[in-house]
Amino acid sequence: MAPYAAKLAIRHLGSHPGQTALLITGVALGVGVFIFMSALIGGLATLLTQRTVGSIPHVVLEMPDRDPSLLLSRPTAQVVIQKDLSRRDQITVWQPLVSVAEATPGVTAVSPQIRGAAYLERGQAFAPVGIIGVQPGKLSAIANIEAAIVDGSSNLPADGILIGSTLAQDLGLRVGQVVRLISERDRARSFRIGGIFTLGIASADRQTVYMNFPTARALFDLPTGISRIEIKVTPVTDAADIAARLHRSTGLKATPWTEENGQLFEGLDAQARTGLIIKAFSLVTIVVGIASAMLLSIMRRQSEIGIMRAMGARKNLVVTVFVLEGTLIGLVGAIVGASGAWIALAPFPPVSEIASGALPIDREQGEYLLAASLTTLAAALASIIPALRAARIDPVEAIGS
Amino acid sequence: MSTEPILSVKNLVKSFVNGQTETLVLRDIDLSIMAGEMTVLLGPSGSGKSTLLNILGTLMRASGGTHEMLGVNLLAASDARRTEFRSRHIGFVFQFHHLLPDLSALENVMMPAASAAGRETSAMRKRAADLLDAVGLSDRRDYRPGAMSGGQRQRVAVARSLINDPELVLADEPTGNLDRESANQVMELIRSFNRANATSFLISTHDESIAAQCARRIELLDGRVVRS
Repeated sequence: MAPYAAKLAIRHLGSHPGQTALLITGVALGVGVFIFMSALIGGLATLLTQRTVGSIPHVVLEMPDRDPSLLLSRPTAQVVIQKDLSRRDQITVWQPLVSVAEATPGVTAVSPQIRGAAYLERGQAFAPVGIIGVQPGKLSAIANIEAAIVDGSSNLPADGILIGSTLAQDLGLRVGQVVRLISERDRARSFRIGGIFTLGIASADRQTVYMNFPTARALFDLPTGISRIEIKVTPVTDAADIAARLHRSTGLKATPWTEENGQLFEGLDAQARTGLIIKAFSLVTIVVGIASAMLLSIMRRQSEIGIMRAMGARKNLVVTVFVLEGTLIGLVGAIVGASGAWIALAPFPPVSEIASGALPIDREQGEYLLAASLTTLAAALASIIPALRAARIDPVEAIGS
Repeated sequence: MSTEPILSVKNLVKSFVNGQTETLVLRDIDLSIMAGEMTVLLGPSGSGKSTLLNILGTLMRASGGTHEMLGVNLLAASDARRTEFRSRHIGFVFQFHHLLPDLSALENVMMPAASAAGRETSAMRKRAADLLDAVGLSDRRDYRPGAMSGGQRQRVAVARSLINDPELVLADEPTGNLDRESANQVMELIRSFNRANATSFLISTHDESIAAQCARRIELLDGRVVRS
């Protein structure tokens, strides 16, 4: 049945090039919208994720919270041990844990850090800052500070610090100037500003100060331990799973970035749902367009269908001819639309290189195959009802008309 | 000519129901067609000629009576069986040619055979070419209907009706849309196929000159056979 049905379908489409081209153009536009929306929504998600997680740790390992523990519980009274405030929260034996983290699949960078709060003083001006003490060679393990330096250098000698550009602007600081830091442990020391960075994250640019590991130990009176271990992973969407694995293997509290950024996920979800609705509408448009065109075609070709049936053509042949016509229109329209979209999206730069304010279109996330497959399937399905209607045409009535 | 009937109907009745109204179109039709017989069906408009041809061609089902062809009870047969029977044993020529506009003359002639088989074969192509040759259109085999005259189209339609070597060809006013010369050409073709292949023809017409070329006359009036 199929070879002759295919011949009739192709012959009919080829005999009406204007109508066929119009239908294919309509389908191609629908496919183009589908792909454009996929590339835009995907690109936007990539951009937001990159901007959000690019400069933050994906998993943070810290000492577990020392919450009050319950000793006794009665209807009238509870007895608890108060949270132990006599010891500092620090990871004392940290080198083996760093090795464990580095050996964990998916982990791409590990940075043990000493953190603490301090005041930065310059003359009469001062500002509260957060200090991050990093090991040599680990400065850019989490946020790419070296690439974010806008003045000076990223070197961290014992008396050198790096500060954010907003902090520098607020206090009128420049590279080479000397400032004084007073830590939460009441240790004070002078430092020379070696470099100024702009990460694009307001809190970091306003409050963060980088210094080297030994200097931070001295400033915070922490001779052996560290405050936390920051980790980068890939893919970033696996952070929660990797955090759970790290918690099991180290015993430390492991916090994935997703826990702190629930709103971002809600936003991305809403975006994805909006994109799905628009894509679904483009598919519905294709279905309605093809079904309408097929119904019109069947009305116009009633006598042809009738004569074929009168000459002994089975209903299956008629159904196959019309379903094949719809499917061919869908397939060719899908290929044309997908190819056209691929070419049309070529001028858009990769999301990682786009200028501020430009559309974050990721051509790689265009879902070309999915768009083409769904469109072809939708076209085939859209043809079924008209085709069944064609097969029910009464030859006597059709020939008479 | 054989004396074996290839088709017979007895007490055949056809009525159409429209709401509460039942209209009897054919009443107690008794007739048989012999193999190789050339028969004309005459009658005024509304006498039931087209309805009778549609029933005999299995395009329409009778309301009562018997309807047999080549030993098959066509009244009781399923739609699928009737379709298959029609494609193998019955050919049609209509007043309008009803050629498929997207197919060439050769492809139109092949269409009934290809539709039944689901594919075109070289044997079908040869048979169709021979038939086009027989109707004098071998030089028009690749022409589409739109590029041919009315007479040429109807000659292609006659060739198409014979592609499956049917035992019976039903022709409903086959020359009704043609000028005299073309009508004579088509009738000459029909008679030559009748003589050469012993194919039976049942031709419905108003035209006495066409009727005069047939060996047997059946006349219908108000849904009844008044002369057979």
